[in-house]
Amino acid sequence: MIVLGIESSCDETGIAVYSSEEGLLAHALHSQIALHAEYGGVVPELASRDHIRYLIPLIKQALAQAGIKKKTLDGVAYTAGPGLIGALMSGASVARSLAWALDIPAVEVHHMEGHLLAPMLEARPPSFPFLALLVSGGHTLLADVKGIGQYALLGQSLDDAAGEAFDKTAKLLGLGYPGGPALAAAAKQGHAGYYHFPRPMVDRPGLDFSFSGLKTYALNTMMKQAEKNLAETVEHPLNAQGLTEQNVADIALAFEQAAVDTLVVKSQRALIQQHCQRLVIAGGVSANLRLREQMGQMVKKHHAELFYPAVEFCTDNGAMIALAGCLRLQAGQMQPLEIAARARWSMQALPSINQT
Amino acid sequence: MKILAIDTATEACSAALSIDNEVITRYQLAPREHSRLILKMIDRLMCEAELSLSALDALAFGQGPGAFMGIRIAAGVTQGIAYARDLPVIPVSNLMAIAEVTRKQTTAEHVLCAIDARMKEIYWAAYQYNNQGEWMEVIDECVCDPQTMIYPEHGRWTAAGTGWASYIDSMTDRLKNSNIEIETLLPACLPSAAAIARIACHNYQHGRMVNAEQAQPVYLRNNVASKPRQKTFMALLNGNTISSES
Repeated sequence: MIVLGIESSCDETGIAVYSSEEGLLAHALHSQIALHAEYGGVVPELASRDHIRYLIPLIKQALAQAGIKKKTLDGVAYTAGPGLIGALMSGASVARSLAWALDIPAVEVHHMEGHLLAPMLEARPPSFPFLALLVSGGHTLLADVKGIGQYALLGQSLDDAAGEAFDKTAKLLGLGYPGGPALAAAAKQGHAGYYHFPRPMVDRPGLDFSFSGLKTYALNTMMKQAEKNLAETVEHPLNAQGLTEQNVADIALAFEQAAVDTLVVKSQRALIQQHCQRLVIAGGVSANLRLREQMGQMVKKHHAELFYPAVEFCTDNGAMIALAGCLRLQAGQMQPLEIAARARWSMQALPSINQT
Repeated sequence: MKILAIDTATEACSAALSIDNEVITRYQLAPREHSRLILKMIDRLMCEAELSLSALDALAFGQGPGAFMGIRIAAGVTQGIAYARDLPVIPVSNLMAIAEVTRKQTTAEHVLCAIDARMKEIYWAAYQYNNQGEWMEVIDECVCDPQTMIYPEHGRWTAAGTGWASYIDSMTDRLKNSNIEIETLLPACLPSAAAIARIACHNYQHGRMVNAEQAQPVYLRNNVASKPRQKTFMALLNGNTISSES
């Protein structure tokens, strides 16, 4: 079965062609980062406008790369939520009508299900059941995954998503947008131990997260350091926030360590609690090298295995949607003749499918 | 000639099939239901006409102006079908569609069209029907303040569209000292796929077509977000997303 996957829930237009026999055949991505950068965040209306411009050119590109004619497609999978409603609607309109006009089934895919199944695109896919930590700019959650559509939420962020905290802290530090990768790059130059950030909620039972405090802590640290710099006449040039480049790197590192530690501690707690042998990390933050490394060490200690997607499939992409859609189509699921787009959609409301 | 037209730009959701100038249509007032309805409407029309997509010559859609989400649904659906079946596309202005709906209803050939654009503005244009059976723009379509809209020099005009319903006082006030006489007022007039199909038939004969990826919405309102000034730390802490909707 060959499935076209279409992702447009936020600021990336992602298209992919996935074959149940041969795996991923092609994928194409248009990122809107530059478009939104000057606004300091994603502008939903501009995102929707960009999607409707790029969907067809990217579909053409992906099919050409795969060497597939559109008439050989067996199904279309598209992200129906959760996400920005206008952005979702752009992709959904094209996807659903394309399937109808080609007379092939369409299936709506939950964006987060796409992320958590993304490691299955790799040569060594995880088998069920596994524990999944989804960490992105929009979500932070731990889920127990028994099979496709069998998700039990174990914990989630009570305020900011982990990726959001990375982005906002990077912005405070003057590191640009999107902040996650920029912050991680700055942290590489940082000296450990110079600042110490709290590990939010690790001393409390349960598997929920909270990241907004870290961002405030970063702000306070910055202000204190800036005051000190001004009082002491430092040799190095100060940036707009009154910090030296080294200060920025040190604070970035302290923040990253705190965020990663928190994610690792909670994941460890979940592994023990659920007696699970496999951990999947997915979502934009799962591309963070410190997180991968520390999570790897933790998992090893528990004789468990760690899985994560290739870096390009950590952030939003069409491949994970094509894969998830293919699995659901193979199980016989298909959507009525409607364009589906939902800003909110509980992952636990998804129908489960029987694995063969 | 066989053309399938759709429109989801306003409160109305409609699809129409023009077969050798005979138009059959589905039309429903259904705010926020367009995504659920439009494909079913198309499907039923095609079944009713016992037509397959391969029998079509072209697709047409209401390109806007209108609700941003609505015109993107129409553009998206059109793109999907046009790309799947290699069909040419005829984009049609929703303001012009209002002129055509008005002509069909009243035989008027001079129409001042206004769609409520929210934010105290209207989408606005003036059209005149010529002897070649074609709508000519007398005032180019634009988004504007109803108190400062540009109007034709003179003549007897029919006023149509929801912009008139929302801003009747400011608009008649604006025309008070002009040489414009409003013959008929149709403030409830909405664009329809049937009108779009008729305009599209004419455009098809003149070869005015684009391909799937060029089937793009025309928003008119393009200033939808403001760039942030240098923000304070506290402002950054309190959220960072600027959003704007039509």
